[in-house]
Amino acid sequence: MFWSVTASLLEGFGMTLKIFVLTLVFAIPLGLLISFGAMSKFRPLKWLIKTFVWIIRGTPLMLQLIIIYFGPGLLFDWELLPRFAAVMVAFVINYACYFSEIFRGGIEAIPKGQYEAGQVLGMTKSQIFFKVLLLQVIKRIVPPMSNEIITLVKDTALARTISVYEIIWNAQVYIKSAGLIWPLFYTGVYYLVFCGILTLLFGYLERKLDYFRV
Amino acid sequence: MAILEISNLQKSFDKDTPVLRGIDLSLEQGETVAIIGSSGSGKTTLLRCINFLETPDQGTIRVGGETLLDASDRRTYKESEIRKKRLHFGLVFQSFNLFPQYTALENVTLASLLLAKEAPDYQSHHKELTAAIWEKGRTLLRQVGLAEKQDLYPHQLSGGQQQRVAIARALAQNPDILCFDEPTSALDPELTGEVLKVIRGLAEQKTTMIIVTHEMAFARDVADRVIFMDEGVIVEEGPAKQVISHPQQERTRQFLARFQGA
Repeated sequence: MFWSVTASLLEGFGMTLKIFVLTLVFAIPLGLLISFGAMSKFRPLKWLIKTFVWIIRGTPLMLQLIIIYFGPGLLFDWELLPRFAAVMVAFVINYACYFSEIFRGGIEAIPKGQYEAGQVLGMTKSQIFFKVLLLQVIKRIVPPMSNEIITLVKDTALARTISVYEIIWNAQVYIKSAGLIWPLFYTGVYYLVFCGILTLLFGYLERKLDYFRV
Repeated sequence: MAILEISNLQKSFDKDTPVLRGIDLSLEQGETVAIIGSSGSGKTTLLRCINFLETPDQGTIRVGGETLLDASDRRTYKESEIRKKRLHFGLVFQSFNLFPQYTALENVTLASLLLAKEAPDYQSHHKELTAAIWEKGRTLLRQVGLAEKQDLYPHQLSGGQQQRVAIARALAQNPDILCFDEPTSALDPELTGEVLKVIRGLAEQKTTMIIVTHEMAFARDVADRVIFMDEGVIVEEGPAKQVISHPQQERTRQFLARFQGA
C-alpha cells in the first residue's frame, strides 16, 4: 500500500511541478513587462497596469481560477478552456503581478547615478539595462523572489479547485476510496523536500552574488 | 579657437524657478576651468546640461565648431544622436557611481568594449581591439596610481580609490572635455588629497577640464581660470588667482568671505 500511494502521489506531484515550472517560465518575463508598464511615464498605461495589479493582488487566486475557467462560458457562452490551460492562465497572470511589484521595487532601488554613469559613457539604454542594472536588480530581488517562488510551490494545490489532478487531489482520492487519511499527511513530505531543495538553490545563488555590494 | 562654446544656456525645472539664466562660457583646448559658487547656484545643472543629462530650455553647445545641441532645434537632441555626442565629454560624479559588480579594471574598460563592438572592423579584428582596450585600461589605472588594485571590486576600495577609478573610467573614452562635479565632496577629508593630486596631474598634462569644486585653494592653484556662479548666472570670471584672492565683484567677495569664515 505504501509504495502504491508513494507512486500515485509522485504522479500528482508531477502535475504540481509542471504547473510550478510553467508558471515561472511565463510569469517572470510577463512580470518584467508589467513592471515596465507600472513605471511608464505614459500616465494612462501606468494607471491601467496599476489597476490591473490591484485587482489581481486584491482577490484570491482560487476565485481567479474559477472565473477564468467558468467565466467565459457563463458570460459569453464561449467554449470552456481546457482545465490545465485555465490553471496556467490564472497562475501566470497572478504570479506575474506579484513578481512585477518585486521587479519594480528592485529596479527603483538602483541609484539613478548608475544609469547616468552608463549614459555619460555613451552606453545605449539596453546596454545599461543588461550590462549595468540587471545583475544589481537580481541581487536585490533574490530574497523576495525566493519567498514568492516557495509560496508558488504550495499554491499549486489550488489547481484542484477546477479538478486538475495534482498531489493533494491524488491523496484525497484515498480518503474516499480506502478511508485512508495518512496519504494526505504524506503529501507534506513532498512539499517539504522540494521547498528544501529550492531553499538550498536560492542560498547558493545569494552566495554566488555575494562578491559585490549594492 | 575655443574647443567648447556655450551660449545663452537657460534651464528651469519649473516655470518660476530658473536654475540657469543665460550662461555663456567658452573653453580653450588644454584649459582648466574651476566653477565655484554656493549650492543652488546652478553649477551642477550646468555640468549636467553639458553632459546631456538635462535638456536646456534655451541655448547652444558647440564643440570644436560643431553644434552638438541647439535647444531651439529638436533634431539635435534625439536620443540616438545624443549618445554619440556624449562621448565628447566625460563626467566624474560626486558619488563616484562605479558599477559595483565589476572590478576596477572592468569598470574602466566596459563602455569601450561595448563601443568597440560597433566598429566596422570588429569581426575581423576583435582580438586586437579588445587587447588594446584592456591594455589602455591598465595604463589608465597605473596613471591614477591603482595598478595593483585593478582586480578589486568597488566595495573593497576606499572612497578616494573609487573616485580615482571613476576618473580613469571617464578618461577611457578619450573625452575632449572632462567634467568633475564636486569630485571630493563625498570623501573623508584625509582622502581628498589623493584625488586632487590626480586631477592636478591631468591639468599639468593639459587635459581640458571643467571642475565644479568647493576646494578654493585647489581651484586657485590648479585652474587657469575660475568662474563664480550665483543664482544661475556667471557673476565673475578671470584668472584663478585674481578671482580667488582679489575678487572684483561684491557677491564674489561675500561668498569667499563666508567660505573662509566656515
